Amino acid sequence: MYPSKFDYHRPSSVQEAVQILADNPDAKVLAGGHSLIPVMKLRLAAPAALVDIGRIDALQSISRSNGSLRIGACVTYNEIANSADVQAAAPLLAEAAGQIGDRQVRYRGTIGGNLSHADPASDLPAAALALGATLHVAGSGGSRSVSASDFFVDLMMTALQADEILTEVEITAAGAGTGSAYVKFEHPASGYALCGAAAVVTRDAGGSCTGASLCFNGVSATAVSAADAASSLVGSDLSDGAIDSAVSGMSIPDATGDMFASAGYRQELARTLGAQALRTARDRA
Amino acid sequence: MAGESNGAGVFGSSIRRREDPELITGQAKYTDDLQLSGMVYCTILRSDYAHAKINGVDASEAEALDGVIAVYTAKDIEASGVPGGIPVGWLLPDMKIPEHYMLAKDTTRYVGDGVAIVVAEDQYTAHDALDLIYVDYDPRDGVADPKKATEDGAPLVHDEAPNNIAFDWEIGDKEQTDAAFANAAHVASLDIVNNRLIPNAMEPRAALADYNSITGELTLYMTTQNPHIHRLLMSLASLGLPEHKIRVIAPEVGGGFGSKIHHYADEAIAAWASMQVGRPVKWTATRTETYLTDAHGRDHVTHGELAMDADGRFIGLRVDTYAAMGAYLSTFAPAVPTYLYGTLMSGEYDLPAIHCHVYGVFTHTVPVDAYRGAGRPEATFIVERLVDEAARVSGIDPAEIRRRNFVSPDAFPYQTQVALEYDSGNYEGALDKALEAIGYDDFRKEQAAAREEGKFLGIGLSTYIEACGLAPSAVVGSLGAQAGQWESAVVRVHATGKVTVYSGCSGHGQGHETTFAQIVASALGVPYEDIDVIEGDSGVMPHGWGTYGSRSAATGGSAIASAAEKVVDKARTIAAHLLEAAEEDLAFEDGNFFVKGSPDQAQSLPDVALQAYLAHNLPKGIEPALEATSFYDPANFVFPFGTHVAVVEICASTGQVDLKRYLAVDDVGNVINPMIVDGQVHGGIAQGVGQSLYETAVYDDGANLLSGTMLDYAVPKAHFLPSFETDRTVTPCPHNPLGVKGVGEAGTIASPAAVVNAVVDALSPFGVNHIDMPVTSEKVWNAMN
Amino acid sequence: MGISIELEVNGAGVSKEVEPRLLLAHLLREELGLTGTKIGCDTSQCGSCTILLDGQAVKSCTVLAVQADGSEVTTIEGLANGEYHPMQQAFWDNHGLQCGFCTPGMIISCVDLLNSNPQPSEDEIRHGLEGNLCRCTGYHNIVRAVQAAAETMNG
Repeated sequence: MYPSKFDYHRPSSVQEAVQILADNPDAKVLAGGHSLIPVMKLRLAAPAALVDIGRIDALQSISRSNGSLRIGACVTYNEIANSADVQAAAPLLAEAAGQIGDRQVRYRGTIGGNLSHADPASDLPAAALALGATLHVAGSGGSRSVSASDFFVDLMMTALQADEILTEVEITAAGAGTGSAYVKFEHPASGYALCGAAAVVTRDAGGSCTGASLCFNGVSATAVSAADAASSLVGSDLSDGAIDSAVSGMSIPDATGDMFASAGYRQELARTLGAQALRTARDRA
Repeated sequence: MAGESNGAGVFGSSIRRREDPELITGQAKYTDDLQLSGMVYCTILRSDYAHAKINGVDASEAEALDGVIAVYTAKDIEASGVPGGIPVGWLLPDMKIPEHYMLAKDTTRYVGDGVAIVVAEDQYTAHDALDLIYVDYDPRDGVADPKKATEDGAPLVHDEAPNNIAFDWEIGDKEQTDAAFANAAHVASLDIVNNRLIPNAMEPRAALADYNSITGELTLYMTTQNPHIHRLLMSLASLGLPEHKIRVIAPEVGGGFGSKIHHYADEAIAAWASMQVGRPVKWTATRTETYLTDAHGRDHVTHGELAMDADGRFIGLRVDTYAAMGAYLSTFAPAVPTYLYGTLMSGEYDLPAIHCHVYGVFTHTVPVDAYRGAGRPEATFIVERLVDEAARVSGIDPAEIRRRNFVSPDAFPYQTQVALEYDSGNYEGALDKALEAIGYDDFRKEQAAAREEGKFLGIGLSTYIEACGLAPSAVVGSLGAQAGQWESAVVRVHATGKVTVYSGCSGHGQGHETTFAQIVASALGVPYEDIDVIEGDSGVMPHGWGTYGSRSAATGGSAIASAAEKVVDKARTIAAHLLEAAEEDLAFEDGNFFVKGSPDQAQSLPDVALQAYLAHNLPKGIEPALEATSFYDPANFVFPFGTHVAVVEICASTGQVDLKRYLAVDDVGNVINPMIVDGQVHGGIAQGVGQSLYETAVYDDGANLLSGTMLDYAVPKAHFLPSFETDRTVTPCPHNPLGVKGVGEAGTIASPAAVVNAVVDALSPFGVNHIDMPVTSEKVWNAMN
Repeated sequence: MGISIELEVNGAGVSKEVEPRLLLAHLLREELGLTGTKIGCDTSQCGSCTILLDGQAVKSCTVLAVQADGSEVTTIEGLANGEYHPMQQAFWDNHGLQCGFCTPGMIISCVDLLNSNPQPSEDEIRHGLEGNLCRCTGYHNIVRAVQAAAETMNG
């Protein structure tokens, strides 16, 4: 298929990029292009201009300091999945990134593009949510930070303004006694998540749960947190029984159904995969 | 690269394909890879509505776009005076045949129906212009479900077809069958939806048309399985050009599975556009367009019943089917749910009474036509599901009930109650081999133990037969075919003894250049490397009917064998003359003629060929040169058969089906190249597994195609499938010179029933007796809960 | 409107002025005549258009030509180096192709797979091929081909 015409900008700095966005209201940001180009080819999107941030050096790196992991927006899924820093500080993110799309897609798709596209069936949103990631954003009016829980607004809608770019994802490095897991049930055609469960649990020396989060992709219009189920685990011993009872009554609000899977089945998958993710996270804690 | 093999032992050996070097290096040219000087591009605006009146088309903005050469609608085609038709090539009694024009004139009847044509200098512009054509549609209600479409009050696809019924067809003896059911001890009964499929050849359809207005000749490169059929229909129905002025060439073709048999509007449009603009015109479908235009497959709604006596012997089978035709009758569509379907209802079984009734139904959908297997997978699915259900209701083991009802090996030729005469077979032989290889008895123990642990294993059998290699032309003609089903071959021995073979078949992945050369190497005793095989060009070889329906080995291969035999006969006459011996005293071995007992004094085939071309010393009455043409009309269908076995494990918490093992024992008669035959079986199984677990074309109630891209329609990926276990029995076909049957479709015909039978077996503790395809995790989970 | 790009394709330098919207797959096929790279879908599923971009397998139908500016591209035409690449040889030897349309992208993808995992298990091979669709082979002989190529390349 063939995209419509557009103007092409290749800024070399974030400042330049946001200025171009501010000057071109119909412009879109191009990072790896693996979310945007497909919809442009189908002519479901026809931006007047693309701002290619793929060569801005400041967006390309992964760094760790002071217990915090920072990942530039243009870091690819493949780099995240294979990064020793990510595997150590946020293994959940590495695990989720390694399950996106296919090998070819993982070489090109980026974390910034993924989160900004906010496809609820993609794999990173729930991981970002479960990790309590902070998303750093630059705009013509300056920079700001948005928590992942505030970032995903609705189906493919984020808190980003038209002239803003997601520049960096910051995650507090996992501490001792923390384990995580991402478990996915993929759609056989697209490879997207019919349901993807991201779990993080922390245990104290006695094995008792001191913190838990459980988030899902693919079940509703945005990645969602099953906060009640997760918090009910705090103080428990994270036994199979405790996990089963935490997820058994869980209901994801506004679960969506479509030709692939009904809302009810997605709820069922969420309970099953949620429990599976929690058990694996526990075993890794 | 080293030579592969020489001479007579080539037939039956797994030599590597000679097609491959060009393919693995990216040098092979498919239609869209071709460039002609002055070439322009055409795109087709397609209806977004399943059913709408067209009040008007405003193309002025598109026409004004820089780079656009022309925009056309149906009115322009009509004004050009060409016939403009897209005909149906199989006629059934009292069938409604609505007009099908190259573009919709005033009504669109499915999402994808062509409305306007753009011709532009480049493909980006040609697509841009589509967005600038404004069609004033008056949307109407549409209907996609073939059974609902027959209900009173359903929206009509064509006014001349009340209740959307295109034809009402039956086969077998209703009275006798009803009587059998009246006496039945047990009856198995199932309602079955055979899911609509999209073929998904990896190469999208394409055409490059080059019309020369000076000579009046059209050269049409296109993605075709049968260039001569396309030439014929282009001439007669669509373009009105004389047949001899049309040359249809199949360059490299990237898979077909039936989808490139049919005569569609799109290739005719590219040709017509070239006639208008006087330049070569290329049209290449996007994948989305292939989903909206390639004929879909299957789409049946069926009720089937199998009657048994107290011993579990089958005494009657009755089937009622609503088969979707889509919005128009595609090329061979009416044959698919009738003569390729109802005639297979006896399966491998000695069934004394059968009745099958079929409504062919118009729906507001992409037309349905032959897709790998074409009618036979649908029939096999019903028969093999009913047999498993019969086993369940009678309490007899599924293997045992099959054994009890098979046509016995000494009963051939076996006349079924539904027209076919099976020529040969040993059904129990294949079943036994399969059961042993899979470890059937041990499996039942393993299954019981697994259930104790909450794991659900299942095993499914499919003991299938199919009829392919269509078949005496007079017979198919009497059934409604507007085509012959013989095949042509030319075997030309050059003066140096090198050989060129021309076949009327048209391969697109089957490896004909290799296997057909193997046939000739064995027949002539000529080195395999000295033989070239050429196909796929109506300007080069005699008329042929192409490649589909697992026919190429049985009909095309037999034509080649027959032509080679004629060559040997002529060469023998010349050799006898040269050796001054009587023909009947000559032996022919490894490419040499000699008087029996005197192999030292031999005339080799190249020696004879040289003399044949020099023609200095030929026997009286013998014409120069050494070649022969054969038009081979088969005596009967061929009947491959076998047993396929699937083993599945079901995830109790999600319902996901894991295909653990898949074993196929096929009998395709003599085998020319085992490696290629195995490859055909693998691919066929994958498509059948795809149908059973993943693939389905979904229309909503308004007849909008929801599964419109590869993001929605699940073509199986590598990790969905296990490695396949294949084996064979060999029962040669008794009526063709090679003893071959067909293998292209066997895997697709057998496998859906094997997989679903395995799933139902796994779910037997839940009282499940059927799940419609595709067996998705959600359906299984619902069945378990 | 045109953007100037320079890249290296199969070892040769290429300078072109391209429309921003031109897809890399179209640059290769239409402008450079490298039609070995195929286009089989619109949605980045089929993998027929897979090429190596700076040594990594990517779907060239989902990359703008301007994004490849300054990069090295290897297509199926550039894989053989006097003799067939072991993966090409293995596909031939093991009947890893039928119609051949998915084959260029499949071979490139398999080369990349072995680059990142020289001794994959069958399961790893099958999952490693999730970005490439084949409709003919049922993947059976493709898996065999990758196993054979791995053996050759590790030997």
